[in-house]
Amino acid sequence: MDFDLNEEQRLLKESIDGLLTDSYDFESRKKYMAEKGGWSKTVWLKLAEQGLLGLPFSEADGGFGGGGVETMIVMEALGKALVLEPYLATVVIGGGFLRHAGTDAQKAAHVPGIIDGSKTLAFAQLEKNSRYDLFDVTTTAKKKDDGWVIDGEKFVVLNGENADTLIVTARTKGNRRDTTGIGVFLVPANAKGVTRKSYPTQDGLHAADITFTGVEVGADAAIGNPEDSLALIERVVDEARVALCAEAVGLMDESLKTTVEYIKTRKQFGVAIGSFQSLQHRASDMFVAAEQARSMSMFATMANDFEDAKERANAIAAAKVQIGKSAKFVGQQSIQLHGGIGMTMEARIGHYFKRLTMIENTFGDTDYHQRRVADSGGLV
Amino acid sequence: MDLAFTKEEQAFREEVRAFFRDNVPPDTRRKLVEGRHLTKDEMVTWWRILNKKGWGVSHWPKQYGGTGWTSVQHYIFNEELQSYPAPQPLAFGVSMVGPVIYTFGNEEQKKKYLPRIANVDDWWCQGFSEPGSGSDLASLKTKAERRGDKWIINGQKTWTTLAQHADMIFCLCRTDASAKKQMGISFIVFSMKSKGVTVRPIQTIDGGHEVNEVFFDDVEVPVENLIGEENKGWDYAKFLLGNERTGIARVGVSKERLRRIRDLAGKVESSGKPIIQDSAFREKLAACEIELKALELTQLRVVADEGKHGKGKPNPASSVLKIKGSEIQQTTTELLMEVIGPFAAPYDVHGDDGSNEAMDWTAQIAPSYFNNRKVSIYGGSNEIQRNIIAKAVLGL
Repeated sequence: MDFDLNEEQRLLKESIDGLLTDSYDFESRKKYMAEKGGWSKTVWLKLAEQGLLGLPFSEADGGFGGGGVETMIVMEALGKALVLEPYLATVVIGGGFLRHAGTDAQKAAHVPGIIDGSKTLAFAQLEKNSRYDLFDVTTTAKKKDDGWVIDGEKFVVLNGENADTLIVTARTKGNRRDTTGIGVFLVPANAKGVTRKSYPTQDGLHAADITFTGVEVGADAAIGNPEDSLALIERVVDEARVALCAEAVGLMDESLKTTVEYIKTRKQFGVAIGSFQSLQHRASDMFVAAEQARSMSMFATMANDFEDAKERANAIAAAKVQIGKSAKFVGQQSIQLHGGIGMTMEARIGHYFKRLTMIENTFGDTDYHQRRVADSGGLV
Repeated sequence: MDLAFTKEEQAFREEVRAFFRDNVPPDTRRKLVEGRHLTKDEMVTWWRILNKKGWGVSHWPKQYGGTGWTSVQHYIFNEELQSYPAPQPLAFGVSMVGPVIYTFGNEEQKKKYLPRIANVDDWWCQGFSEPGSGSDLASLKTKAERRGDKWIINGQKTWTTLAQHADMIFCLCRTDASAKKQMGISFIVFSMKSKGVTVRPIQTIDGGHEVNEVFFDDVEVPVENLIGEENKGWDYAKFLLGNERTGIARVGVSKERLRRIRDLAGKVESSGKPIIQDSAFREKLAACEIELKALELTQLRVVADEGKHGKGKPNPASSVLKIKGSEIQQTTTELLMEVIGPFAAPYDVHGDDGSNEAMDWTAQIAPSYFNNRKVSIYGGSNEIQRNIIAKAVLGL
C-alpha cells in the first residue's frame, strides 16, 4: 500500500505543472477560448511535444505506456489550470476506445495523429433522452454491403467542433434500451451526411450537436464487436469518469487555495475576513470535502485496474458520488467566501465553480451514481 | 501508488481474524453487536486474553511489550478488532497514560506501571476535563500543592469515563498558579482508592452510566507520582492527545454497524416489504457507505504516510479523521433508528454496569443513537477540530 508518486511520476507532475504555469495564466486562457473550437492549437502542440498526448498508449503504438496514475496526474494539473484543450475527449476517451478495442489498422490510422497533436477526437454518445444510461441508444447503424449506414442525433459532444474523427455509439440491433446490439464507430467528422452545430458551454469549453443522416462508413469503422460493445463503452466511460474525478480534485485544490488566499487579504471591519470563525470553519469544511474527494479519486484510479468489472464500476460510481458532493460544496462555498467579487466573470474563482458544476453532470450525476451503488448491494 | 496489501499483510489479516474468531468470548461479541454495555469482568477478561497473546499493547515499543508491527499492521489489527467486533483495549491505560509513562517517566515508574497497564491489573481513568474547562482545557483549576514529600490535591474533574471501575487516575493539576495557564500544569498519577477521592455517577441521555464526576478533597499523593517534570504537564497532555491519530476515525466500528443495518433492513418490513427494498432508504445507506469508503482511504493515506515518513510531521489529512469519523458514526446510529422505526421507543433503565439481559435488544438502538452524539463532542469537539484545520493547515 503506497499513495506516493514514484520518481518518474513526480517528474511528470513537475513537467506538466511547469508547462501550464508558463502558458496558462487566466488572461491567456481567455485568448485560447476565443480561438476556433474554443482551444489553442499552440498549447495542444506543446502538450504533444512533452509527450503528454501519447502518455497512455503502449510503446508498441508509439506511446509511453503510462497507467491510471499518470492520467490522474495530468488531469489534476489540467483541472488546476482550468485547461480547455480536449485531453479528455481525445486522449482519454478516443484513445481509450482505440487502446481497448482498436485493431492494428485502426490504431495505425489514428494513434500517431493523436500523439503528435495533429488530430483530435470527440465522443458522440449523448442523445436527447438517454441522459446517463449508456445503453439508451436510438442512433442506428445499419448494414449496407460491407459497411454501415449511420442515422441519428447526438448532443453536447465535447470538442465536436474541432474533432477530426467522431466516435459514435449506434444501435445495430434491438430496441432503444436493450443492452445488446450497440456498436461503436469511427466516423470522419467531414463525412457526407454529418452536420455539426457548435456552441460554447457554460464552463468555457465548446461542444456540438451532431446529426448523422445516411452517413456511410466502411466495415473497418466499427471498434470492437458492432453488435455487443456496451461493456467496452462502459469501460472507456469509467476511465473518463476517473479522469474527471482527478480533474475535479485539481479544480477543488485551486479553488480552496484561491479562496483561502482571498480571505486572508480581504479586509472588512478593519481585519482580514479570514479571522472570523464562521469563515474559518467553512474553509475547514471545504478542506475536508476536498481531501475526501482526493481519497476517492485515488481509489477510483486504482479501481480502474480491478479485474472484476462490477467491482470496478461500483468503486468508480462511488468516487463520482463523493466528487460530485465535494465539488458542489467547494464550488459553492468558494463563491460565497469571495462575496460579490466571486459573482463576476472577471474573477477566476467563478470559472472554477462552473467547471466543477459541469463535471458533476457529465457521465452520471451524484444521484445517478448513488443509485447505482445502492442497487448493487453497497460498498461495505 | 498501490492500494494492494502485500501477501504478508494479507496473511497477517487472516491470522488476526482467526485469533478473534477463536478467542473473543461469543457473549462479549454478541453484546457489542447489539450495542450493549459490557461488564467490567467481560472487558478485563478479553483484554487479558489479548495481553497473553502479546497484543495487549501492540503499538508500544518492543522493550515495553509492544509488537514492532508496521503502521499498516496496526491499521489491519484495529480494523479487524473493530469490525469483528471485539472490545478495544482500554484507551486510558494503553493509548494515553502508557505512552506518557514510557516516554517521559523514570525507570521506576516504567517498571511499576507499564506491566500492570498491559494486563489491566490497574484500570486507569483520565482526569482532564473540569466543569469550567472543556475545550479550554488549559484553564483547569484542580490544584496540587507540594507539602513535604506529598502532593495535596483539591478540586474536581468531570466526564471521567468509567471512573467507577478505576484503580488509578492520571490527572492534570495546577502546580503554579502564577504562571501562564499552560505553563503551570503538572501530570500526576494516583490511586482512586486514596482517601479524599469521591466518584459521583453522571447519568447520560441514553440512560447509561459511562461518565462520572470525581472530587478531590485533600487527597495525599506521594511526590514520586509526578510524571516527567513539574509544570510540564501541558506538553505531556498534548503528546497524549496527538498520539492516537488514526484510531479515532473508527472505520471498523462504522463498517460493522453498516453491515448490521443492511442485515436488519433485509428483515424489518416497511409497507409490506423489507425496508432495504425501499429505494430512498437504500440510497441513504449507500451515501453513508460511500462517505465511509472515502474516510477509509483518507485513513489509509495517513497510515501509509506514517509508515513511510514516520510520525514526526502529521499528514494534513489526519485532521479529517476525527470530523468525518464522528459524523459517520452518528449517521450509522441514525440509520439504525430508521430501520427499527417505532420499535425504537421501548425503554428500560439498565443497571449500573449497563447490563440488563432481560430487555429486548431493540431497546438498545435509541440509546446508542443518543449516546453517539458524544463522539462529535469528546476528544476535541468537531468545532475545535475545525479551528485546528483553519489554523494549522490553512494558515488562517
